[in-house]
Formats: sequence, structure tokens, C-alpha cells
Amino acid sequence: MTGAAPILRVDRLCAAYGLAQVLFEVSFTLARGETIALTGRNGAGKTTTLKTIMGLLRASGGSVSFLDEDVTRLKPFEIARRGLGYAPEDRRIFTDLTVDENLEVGRRAARGGGAGFTPDVLFEIFPNLAEMRHRRASAMSGGEQQMLAIARTLMGNPVALLLDEPSEGLAPVIVDQMAEALLRLKAQGLSMVLSEQNAEFAAAIADRAVLLEKGAVRFVGPLGDLASADWF
Amino acid sequence: MDASFLVAQLLTGLASASSLFITASGLTLVFGVTRIVNFAHGSLFMLGAYLAVTIVPRLLDLHYSLPMFALGALAAALIVGLIGVAIELILLRRIYRAPEIFQLLATFGVVLVVQDLVIRIWGPLDILGPRAPGVPRSVEILGQRISGYDLVLIAVGPTILGLLWLLMRRTRFGVLVRAATQDREMVGALGVDQAKLFTATLFVGSFLAGLGGALQIPFKPAQPAMDIAIISETFVVTVVGGMGSIPGAFLAAIAIGLLQAFGALIIPESTLVMAFLLMAVVLVVRPWGFLGKPDAHLGARTAIEGVKSLTPLDATGKAVVAIALVAGATLPLWSDAYGLKVAIETLCFALAAFALNLLIGVGGMVSFGHAAWFGVGAYAAGLLTVKLGLHMAPALIAAPLIAGAVAAFIGYFIVRLSGIYLAMLTLAAAQLIYALCFQWVAVTGGDNGVVGVWPAEWAAARAVYYGLTFLLCVAAIWLLRRAIHAPFGYALRGARDSHLRAEAVGIDVKGQRLAAFALAGAATGLAGGLYAFSKGSIDPTLLSIPMSIDFLAMVLIGGVQTLFGPVIGAGLLHAAKDFIMPLTDLWRTWLGLTIVALVLAFPQGVLGGLAQWRARFARSRKP
Repeated sequence: MTGAAPILRVDRLCAAYGLAQVLFEVSFTLARGETIALTGRNGAGKTTTLKTIMGLLRASGGSVSFLDEDVTRLKPFEIARRGLGYAPEDRRIFTDLTVDENLEVGRRAARGGGAGFTPDVLFEIFPNLAEMRHRRASAMSGGEQQMLAIARTLMGNPVALLLDEPSEGLAPVIVDQMAEALLRLKAQGLSMVLSEQNAEFAAAIADRAVLLEKGAVRFVGPLGDLASADWF
Repeated sequence: MDASFLVAQLLTGLASASSLFITASGLTLVFGVTRIVNFAHGSLFMLGAYLAVTIVPRLLDLHYSLPMFALGALAAALIVGLIGVAIELILLRRIYRAPEIFQLLATFGVVLVVQDLVIRIWGPLDILGPRAPGVPRSVEILGQRISGYDLVLIAVGPTILGLLWLLMRRTRFGVLVRAATQDREMVGALGVDQAKLFTATLFVGSFLAGLGGALQIPFKPAQPAMDIAIISETFVVTVVGGMGSIPGAFLAAIAIGLLQAFGALIIPESTLVMAFLLMAVVLVVRPWGFLGKPDAHLGARTAIEGVKSLTPLDATGKAVVAIALVAGATLPLWSDAYGLKVAIETLCFALAAFALNLLIGVGGMVSFGHAAWFGVGAYAAGLLTVKLGLHMAPALIAAPLIAGAVAAFIGYFIVRLSGIYLAMLTLAAAQLIYALCFQWVAVTGGDNGVVGVWPAEWAAARAVYYGLTFLLCVAAIWLLRRAIHAPFGYALRGARDSHLRAEAVGIDVKGQRLAAFALAGAATGLAGGLYAFSKGSIDPTLLSIPMSIDFLAMVLIGGVQTLFGPVIGAGLLHAAKDFIMPLTDLWRTWLGLTIVALVLAFPQGVLGGLAQWRARFARSRKP
């Protein structure tokens, strides 16, 4: 994966909540078609890293470039429109809206005039959703909501995805379905950064790991080199 | 009372409900998406009425028909929609992340500007619009004569509800609006340009306000004061229905329309009181209204940054306070009578504003109805003197006690809420008291108020009365300051910054807040009592919305982060009003523009801005 030019380059990224700095010069790159697992304990800065890349939190230092463009100071919607999709940790599904309507909010035309994702294509990847198109999202299970959150982001036809803890709080059988779905997306050439605490899940999908500790990168490399003790 | 009469009353109620819903649906839509309580919504309604009385007759001259009338109303609404877009682009866009007190003040600045604009363009007199062609003046139903236009309105309300339902369910815009109502930050992260969505929402919301105004011209004239009247009613509908919920607004409008129609049968003077009583009851039982939801994701909402650190006065501060006290105490020696009059009023306002900042800056409770306590104090003092023949001294003792008791009673319901719902309930409570004073003519004198509230003989001389006011206000401010520096004040600030953590360390948050409410109410009541005796009269403007806004503006000008800022703010605002009002007809415009400019330029207030500037200066001098 190292041969391809990176599509996402995070360079010495810093971020703070008020006066408390939480990210300290976080750097890593994501190559086209690659999947990175962003790992580390609770509070290590995984969610903050993804939010800062997405522009939801202002970077206090460093830069993020996406597809050879500096996106550090752009607004979230501008970053999303350039092809970076984001599915947040707590899913943030629009619970008052139906499945179809949630997908509609995420819809953006495909880059380069291709066919792109449609609800029907997504229902093939996430079969559970197909049966509840007109159901309000508030009446869905956690696993279904998580799938909807990812499907909603895919409606924007992103080049790369930031997924925050996609397996968190899901039943084991649903985790397997999720892994399968993400592997299909990977096979289609989508690049992904997934923040993950589930080692098995990450190992099944990711090519490399970036280990965060106290807001700084502690290790970058193959998942196999990460001792299981480093995960939790 | 026979059945047919009740049916007639029902239809009247439904007609006013329909008309109210059209305007309120716009306000609730705008609030849902932008989270801004847009005071200027009433101004947009007023502009709709004025534009309609201008446009519709001209169109009817071309062709006298109902479609022409409808076309004129729609044209007026369309223009108002565009005005709303302009307001969004120029002002709202810059304050989406500001605390709600600034948003409220800024949109109220727009209200002031529009009031002047309307008088300048259309003059101060009422303008009645044409009747709708082809609509019978009255229709006989069950032997009762019902206005034909009422029946039209009854049909229009549900039609608008249906159209809005289609807009919200069947269009991409509607889906985005509903999504943004729930979580606007996430909508942005999915690639939706919020700015455009907000502009479009403002267009639709303003269009509805304009339409509401335009449709009422056949039975209510366009007049300069209609903006404040409608905004309080639409606030009630919006809050009772659940802020952001259009079907909720519909239900609430019907509830209020019927309550007013039938309430008026029992007590004719109770219509205003009924609406606000309903709102108060609903907020107590269901704080989020009929169909509203507790705020889940508010995006990056900025809470109000209140008084952060309490430092004892340094040498400079002590010197400034000493000079101010000496200057104040010796004022009668070197000022003329007019100066003393202004100084008395300023002192009263300063005490009220200081007390308001105890709630806002220290307690984190943004009260939109602070004039209520000022007015209760004034009315208590005035009525006791004039109606019961009490002397000034007992009346001045009663004023803070009664205001404090009323504030404690109402505060009991208010302190259970937070954020925008707390603010709305304070507004409702204030309007309830306003309505009581306005409509209970036999006791309060209604709109005219009561005259003859004169000080006791020993205090009749202006200099003596000034001395009394100076003494009492300074003492009250000093006591409040002591309370803020006591553990009581620390507990309030703790509860302001983290309600849960404060409770977890054993602070009775509700109890402390209630005590703060009663204390602030009592202090403000004293200010109101003193003010009443200085004026010699009381009237409902003392507890009206503009008065509450004045107090908020004083706090804003002085800065919520400083204890004495509001005192300075009171002085600046009152002096400026006193100075500017006689010079120009456009004083509202200047005040409005000043408020808007202040909100945009000094979100920390003038003293807060000065303190920041001083800190920066000190830092730059360090090596």
C-alpha cells in the first residue's frame, strides 16, 4: 500500500477543547484503497482526530490535506463535498426521519458522472435496511442505526470514509455483518479510516494500524506488530 | 347561552386560531432550524400587513376579484420573505453561535428599526385594508351571523398546514429542514451547506409571517404597534406547541383560539391572561410543549459566559468606586433638578440591571421578563399609596417584599427549566403580569395606569428624594454584591457551569436558584417602587417587553462577565436615550442599530471588552 500516493495526509495535527490540548502533532497518511485502524484506549484522541479532520473541531495546529488540497480551514460541508465521508461515534441518525429520508439527506451526485450509490445499491450491502425503508429511524435497533449511518454517508459518494467505532455496542452477529459490509466497500476501492477498539474487527478489515496514546501517535505499522496489550 | 351561540363562538375561535397559526408556523420553522428566537418575526408580520394594504387596493383597482386579493396578499408575503432573507444575510448569519441573549437582543434591534421605518413610510395612523371581494360580510349558520371572512380563514389555516406538510415530507428542502431541526451539525458533515439552508428557511418563515399579516387586513387595520402584540402571541403558540414543531403550533393555535373565544364569555377582560396562563401551565407540566422534544444535539451552542472570577476590588477599582460614591452623594450640590431626575431614574435602572445580572451572569438564568419585577414593585407601591392610602415608607417596604414573593412563587416553576425554555417562561410570566395590569382596568387603571403616586412630604423635595434613592440603591447593590461573594454566589456559579456536578457535591441547585430569583425580584421591586414615586405614576409600560429588553441591553452594554458592568450599562443606556430621544424622531432606529452593532462588535459587553483590552495591553508590555 505504500506505493500509492496518499489521498489523505494528516500532518502534525493539534486540537484543543478550550484551554485543554487533546491532540499533539498527530500525523499519518491514507493511501487510495487502503484501510487504517485508528486504535487506542478510551480518551486517547481517536474521536477528536476524526472530528478535527472533518472540520467539526478547529485544528489549533498542523494541517490536513485531502486529494492534494489543504482542507484544514474548510467547513465540514465543504470537506464532505470534496469526497470525505464521516460516520460519527454516536451515529447521529435523524431519528424523526425514515430510513429513506436519512439517505436523502446524505445524497450527493457521484464524482465524475458515474452511477454512484443509490438506496437500492446500499440495500444490497446492508440487507437489513431494505425491509424498513419507511420506518422511522427511532424505531431501529442500534446495529440497524449504525448501518444506516454508514449507508447515509455513502449516499454522498465519498472517496474516503472516516468511521468512528462502527462496531461499538453491536451484537456479535451484527459485528460480523458489519465487517462483511465494510470488506465489500473496501473491495470496491473505498479508502477508510476506522477508529476501533475491537482488535478482531480491525484485524479483519484494516491494512495498517495507527496507535494513539494521550493524543499522540505511538505506533504506525502492521496490525500484527501491535501487542494485544496496546489495545486497551 | 344556547348551542348555536356556542357554535358561533367556536367558529370565531377557529378563525383567530387559523390566522395565528399561519404566523406562528413561520416562527417555529425558523427556530427549529436556526435555534434563533426571532423577535423580528412580529416586524415581518407587520410589514406583511402594511405591504398588503398598499398593494391589494391597487390590484383591486385593476380587477375587483378574489383572485386579485389573494395575489396581492401573496405578493406582500413574497416581499416580506425577501426582507427575511436580507435579515438573515446581514445579521442572523453572524450570530448563530452566539448565546441566546445576544440573538434576542440583536433581533429586537431589528424590531426597533422596523418600527421607525414603518412610521416613516406609512405614518402613525391605522390603515384599514379592503374587504375581500366576493366574500359575504356575514353568513347565517344556525341562526347566528358569522363573518364570511372568518370562514375563509378557517379554511386557509389547515390548507397552509397541508401545504407545509407536503413541503416537509415530499421535498428535499423539507427533509433537510427536518434533519437540521434535529442535528444541524450532522447535516453539515453530510455535505449540506447550512448557510443556504438557513437562508431558504428564513425565506419560508418570513413569507408565512408576511402572509399572516397580509391576510388579516380586511378585519384588523395595519398599525405601528401590531408587531409586539403578535410576537407575544406567536411566542405563546410556538412554545405551547413545542418549539420547532409545525403540527404542534397548529394544535396550540387552536387551543389558544378556543380558550380565548370561550374565556372571553366568562371574563371578557381575560383574553390576554388566558393565553399566557396556558403557556405557563404547559411549560410547567410539559416543558417542551405539546409536540416538542428536549434539545438533543444543539450543535456547537455557546452557553452564556457569565462572571468568571470574583476578585476583590484592586486599588484602581476602589478609587473608582470611591469617586463614584462621593460624586453620587454630593450630586444635589452641583447638579440641576433635571440632572437629579435623570440620576434617580438611572439609579433605579442600575439596581434592576445589577439584579438581572445576578440571574444571568452569576446564575446562568437568562430572564427575558425582568421588567415584571420592576413593574410589580412599582404597581405595589403605587396601588398601596393611591388605593389604600398607605404612606411612602410602608409602601417602599412592601414593594420589594411583594415583588420578591411574586418572583419566588413564579420562580418555583421557572428554576426547573433551563436555556431557551427558561427564557420563554420568564417572558410568559412577565406577559401574564403585564396582561393582568393591562386588562384589569378596575384596579390597575389599565392602559392609563394610576396617577398621584407622590412621595411623603419629607421626601417631596427632589434633592431629598434623590438622597433616599441613592442610599437605598447603593445599599441594595452592596447587599447583592455581598451575596454574590458569599458561598451562595459560589454555589450559583457552580450550578451555572455544571448543574449535575453542583448537585453531585451537595448543592441544592433548585433551592439556590429560587433564592436568587426571589432576591433579584425583591431588589428589582425596590427599584420599581422608587421609580414609581419619582414619576408620580404607574402604567403598563413599566412591565412591558421593551422594558425587559432595556434591562437586557443594559446588562449587554455593561457586560455579563463583570459585576458592575450592568450599572455602567444602565447609566450609558439611560443617558443615551435621554440625550438622543429629544434630538431625533428616529431614536428607535439609533437604539436598534446600536444594539445590533454592540452584539456584533462586543459580545463581552463594553466593560468586558475593556477588561480584555487591558489584559492584552498588560501582556504586550511584558518582556
